[in-house]
Amino acid sequence: MSGPMTDPKVEKVAKTAKRRPGLFRTAWGFGRTKVGTVLAGIIVLVAVAGPFVAPYEPTEFVAMPYETGVGGTVFGGDNLGRDVLTRFLWGGWTLLLLAASAAGIGVAVGTVVGIVAGYRRGWLDDVLMRFNDVLLAFPQLIAALLVMSIIGPKVWLIVAVIAVSHVPRVARVIREATRKVIEQDFVKAAEAIGLPRWRIMAVEILPNVTSPLLVELGLRLTYSIGVVAVLGFLGMGLQPPTADWGLMINETRQGMAVQPWPVVLPVTAIAVLTIGANLITDGLSRAAIGIDRGVEK
Amino acid sequence: MTRLIAVRLLFGVLTLWAVSVVVFAATQALPGDAAQLILGRDATPERLEALRDQLNLHQPVAVQYTQWLQGLLQGDLGTSFSNRQPVSEYLESPLGNSLVLMGLAALVATPVSLLIGAFSALRRDRGFDHTASLGTLVLASVPEFVVGILLILALGPGGANLFPSVYSREGGPEQWILPALTLALAVAPPIVRMMRATMIEVLESEYVQQARLKGLDERVVLWRHAAPNAIGPVAQVIALQLAWLAGGVVAVEFLFNIPGIGKVLMDGIANRDVPLIQAVVLLIAGIYILVNLLADVIGLAANPKVRVSGNRPSAPGSATAKDRGEDGAAGTPADAPKAKDVRR
Repeated sequence: MSGPMTDPKVEKVAKTAKRRPGLFRTAWGFGRTKVGTVLAGIIVLVAVAGPFVAPYEPTEFVAMPYETGVGGTVFGGDNLGRDVLTRFLWGGWTLLLLAASAAGIGVAVGTVVGIVAGYRRGWLDDVLMRFNDVLLAFPQLIAALLVMSIIGPKVWLIVAVIAVSHVPRVARVIREATRKVIEQDFVKAAEAIGLPRWRIMAVEILPNVTSPLLVELGLRLTYSIGVVAVLGFLGMGLQPPTADWGLMINETRQGMAVQPWPVVLPVTAIAVLTIGANLITDGLSRAAIGIDRGVEK
Repeated sequence: MTRLIAVRLLFGVLTLWAVSVVVFAATQALPGDAAQLILGRDATPERLEALRDQLNLHQPVAVQYTQWLQGLLQGDLGTSFSNRQPVSEYLESPLGNSLVLMGLAALVATPVSLLIGAFSALRRDRGFDHTASLGTLVLASVPEFVVGILLILALGPGGANLFPSVYSREGGPEQWILPALTLALAVAPPIVRMMRATMIEVLESEYVQQARLKGLDERVVLWRHAAPNAIGPVAQVIALQLAWLAGGVVAVEFLFNIPGIGKVLMDGIANRDVPLIQAVVLLIAGIYILVNLLADVIGLAANPKVRVSGNRPSAPGSATAKDRGEDGAAGTPADAPKAKDVRR
């Protein structure tokens, strides 16, 4: 009688064990992952290599405000007459750097909180999760705006606020994954031979939640890009005269009908970048779940 | 069930209180104090002192907070620094504008995404499904202001010139089209995805199979057996998306220059008008919490199965519901946290 009860379980464990090392390869098997990698890759390349190939200095005046068709420029001048192409090439790496650090820190802290809450359970779990719920009560953008408006837009603050707003969301997912892992025998075995708790969390649990972790990282990176860009667009991100895609849109959108390029270029870049990142995330998450349901991103 | 809802309500109130503490604490982090902010840099010390007395700034922080909270509960949101108007009065018409915008977006987005989602489920893995799936994925990844700008570029004065891209008082109803469309496109993807997923799940269920095996007409199977059972979790996602709208209007109002609460918030930030910022943030967080609460209640009411076990085997993340159920907080249906995550 116990046969049908244990068999699927064994099979499932075996399957996860077999699939886990190949998460990237499985994800790469989806066409969308390849498309996403190409899209995101192009933008990352533009952002990283841009400053080195830019024809002018980002704050150099080369044209009249909103002037197009000026000799020596490809896309004309922006609201102050600075070269649009140069500012576009300079404006990407700040966005990428801010978004990547915010996502990285947020996911790291969220993972620690999630594993601790999921493994320790009890009052600590309750406290952490209730605290999470309060943090979740703020829409991400509103929380960022509140803090920026009070303390002022500073770079570390942008990263910190976005990272903090990621923590409860990541923690929730990792906590679920942890609770599934700790039911398995190897964790009980590790407890039985008396490994300290932190070792169990770091060595036994963490490697077994990498799939959801990677998916979360992709998801948070996509959102971070979005939030950093929105903050820049609202004028609450990086401050002038920095060349930054979000800020570029904010500064030049008044002249959009006359000179669309300083808006079109960064908008397209942000769109392509987020779509690419999300496609990769989608591929990863499909590979991690192993089923195509369309619910997960 | 009533007890669960009551617990949920209580928790909602607690969260709201916590938010009020955060919002109040944020103002304490201000460089200088409120009096300095109101009077500006070249105020005389005597006037500053007088104003500090008037604003009770000499009292301990806890007392200030209690007074502020008392005022809040009586609907007194303070006086705006920049125009000396009571904030609650000042917010009336922007709030109306924002609600119109959110309402329009919801009215457009909900039925359309439900139809697309259901149709994708019926045409699973065929052309329409793949197109819709890719479309929602793309829309879900792009920030809403980017969608708005692309819409302006395509349909606004620079492009096809069909609709105005900037709000003006004299403008006709057509000026609401682009902003409402932007918001609708921003909220639609999760609804489509959820509707599709639930529909597929329901269509594969045993009772639908049974209905089909009985030889019922496919339409009857669809509308009488499948659709009603799919609506529960989807209704919850719709509610969550509406909650997201509360925060999502900010960038869209800023882009289209619509005098709503989001615009007021941005103006308030520009003028460092603290009571105004506080009020708008509280308002948005309040709407957000309230609609989330509503989503939970809908989830509870629509799906008793979730409340009892929370175990919907094929839905990813179903353990969430189970855990929350165990915690005794509430049986948030399986997909709620995911749905929350779909939007920033």
